[in-house]
Amino acid sequence: MSNAGGGSSPAVAAVEHEGLLDLYGQMVRIRAFEDEMQRLFLRGEIHGTVHLYTGQEACSVGVCSALSAGDRVAATYRGHGAALAMGTEPRALAAELMGRSTGVCGGRAGSMNVIDLDHGLIGCFGIVGGSIAAATGAGLSLQRTGGVAVAFFGDGATNHGYFHECLNFARVRRLPVVFVCENNLYGEFTPMASVTAGGDIRARAAGYDMPAEKVDGNDVELVRAAAREAVDHARRGDGPAFLECLTYSHLGHSKTDPGAYRADGELETWMARDPLTVASERLAQAGMPADEITGREAAVRSDVQAGVALAVADPYPDPGDPAAEYAQ
Amino acid sequence: MRTAVRDALAEEMRRDDRVVLFGEDIAAAGGVFKATPGLAEEFGDERVFDTPISELALAGAAFGSAVTGLRPVIEIMFGDFMALAMDSLVNQAAKYWYMSNEQAPVPLVVRCAVGAGGRFGAIHSQTPATWLQSVAGLKIVAPAFPDDARGLIAAAVRDPNPVIVLEHKRLYPVKGEIGAEPVEIGSARVVRSGADITIVSVMRGVHDALAAADTLAAAGVDAEVIDLRSLRPLDHATVVESVRKTSRLLAVEEGTELGGWASGLVGAVAARALGDLDDVWTLTTPDTPIPYSPVLEDAFLPDADAIARSVLERLAVAGPA
Repeated sequence: MSNAGGGSSPAVAAVEHEGLLDLYGQMVRIRAFEDEMQRLFLRGEIHGTVHLYTGQEACSVGVCSALSAGDRVAATYRGHGAALAMGTEPRALAAELMGRSTGVCGGRAGSMNVIDLDHGLIGCFGIVGGSIAAATGAGLSLQRTGGVAVAFFGDGATNHGYFHECLNFARVRRLPVVFVCENNLYGEFTPMASVTAGGDIRARAAGYDMPAEKVDGNDVELVRAAAREAVDHARRGDGPAFLECLTYSHLGHSKTDPGAYRADGELETWMARDPLTVASERLAQAGMPADEITGREAAVRSDVQAGVALAVADPYPDPGDPAAEYAQ
Repeated sequence: MRTAVRDALAEEMRRDDRVVLFGEDIAAAGGVFKATPGLAEEFGDERVFDTPISELALAGAAFGSAVTGLRPVIEIMFGDFMALAMDSLVNQAAKYWYMSNEQAPVPLVVRCAVGAGGRFGAIHSQTPATWLQSVAGLKIVAPAFPDDARGLIAAAVRDPNPVIVLEHKRLYPVKGEIGAEPVEIGSARVVRSGADITIVSVMRGVHDALAAADTLAAAGVDAEVIDLRSLRPLDHATVVESVRKTSRLLAVEEGTELGGWASGLVGAVAARALGDLDDVWTLTTPDTPIPYSPVLEDAFLPDADAIARSVLERLAVAGPA
């Protein structure tokens, strides 16, 4: 829903690529942010661990572009992409990851638990499947207001009780929830196929009697188109819908993961299908001048870097503050 | 007690249309313990509905709806099933207000039937109070009387953050006067004044302590009985004030000594008033799962006789003739 880096170009007025430059800009924004976070983690500015979203940008950008004001999103511990796609400011997000007082949660939450209700983000959930439950509950509230709740989760969560209980619950109550599985082929370090009976996640959702689609999760336009259908279905009062986005995490599970489990050539294959490359090549093919594409990228990267630089200089919370005495 | 629960819920639902009620068999059937009859008829399916047997979804949906504008009250049928609901309660609901830097409260209530003595066996008789007592961000209330049930449920529904309401199965038939005012969560009540010893408990244990106090009176021991009413926050001040007078403290818990609230309470009171104490101890259940056989279960539970015996032995006083 955020609009990174300025307006649309008249050069890409073709209806079939509506707003693609903006979607590209939003994906660049996430990529640039994660590049900065990787650097800050290595410098020791980000604590614990961090789960980068690099490679999966088209999923959250495509889905969130289909949402309206008043809709709500619940994401995972790999949630920086969803937060930025919903409009969380890079400075506030970076500050949160660094435990600074200007963080979107004042430094109380950290990377895995970011919450930004002002931008519709119910939260990022550190427990696998937690986002599914939160969005299902939000669906109960939004059923009254006409809004739609979105749950982002990974392939690993589809073996969790939350997935099965909540898809059933949402269907029998006809809740306006869109369940979005970002299938990046690995649950932590374990290949999805080796721990998922049947191997077909979309079919599992279809078994709960809801529309269930599977798309190329690295093609932001395809994701957006499928998300629009799913969101419309939910908003019409027809109940939940499911969307599986096939994608890949370029940087593995977390910062402690060297990715040694990957087959030779797998990463290279997916790098060639980088969602940013897919989008920028399509823009070029549609006739957009190269300098306009690179200009957008440079502007967005510069904007993110400026925000992160401010966050690096932001103060830590004062341990003397009565955090322990917060009003319960 | 059943009526008090239902009336409190009905009253809060009339006050505030954001209050919704869901759980297993709570709507059409009126609850397996018959604590919610008639509510579905009065408030309709949008606000009172039956769910699948899916405690993860139930608790998760309660959390998600609470942070987006509703005020859900869910029923986890038996307290034992709380084990299935704990992720959403412990990892999400309890932490959200703090972790979000106070962006949004989490006004949700979980009611569950707890306690032994009903011959339900080891996995339908537990009291999950101490599973949850160490979780910052939760509140736990545990009424012993219908009036407090009504007042505490009203307070729970109006509270901005998660409250667990424990309802003891053996108290559902208890009769009593019912007022209209909420009861402050975290406030204990002296239910019997006495000079010689303070006996503290919650729920069914309060009734046992009161019966034991009658027995003790006949033996010349004047017991004060305190109903904690809430287990988190816990009203240490009222207990400390009482032991400054009686100098003896017995905490009676339907649960184990290790990790129990009674042990925690005597420790906390000792830390605050050691100089005022002549004696302090707990009466708890054996360190085993709750047995099924009536003979075994009766022997397992600290009833009124056990409380009176324990006090007389400890004080080295002969029992009543």
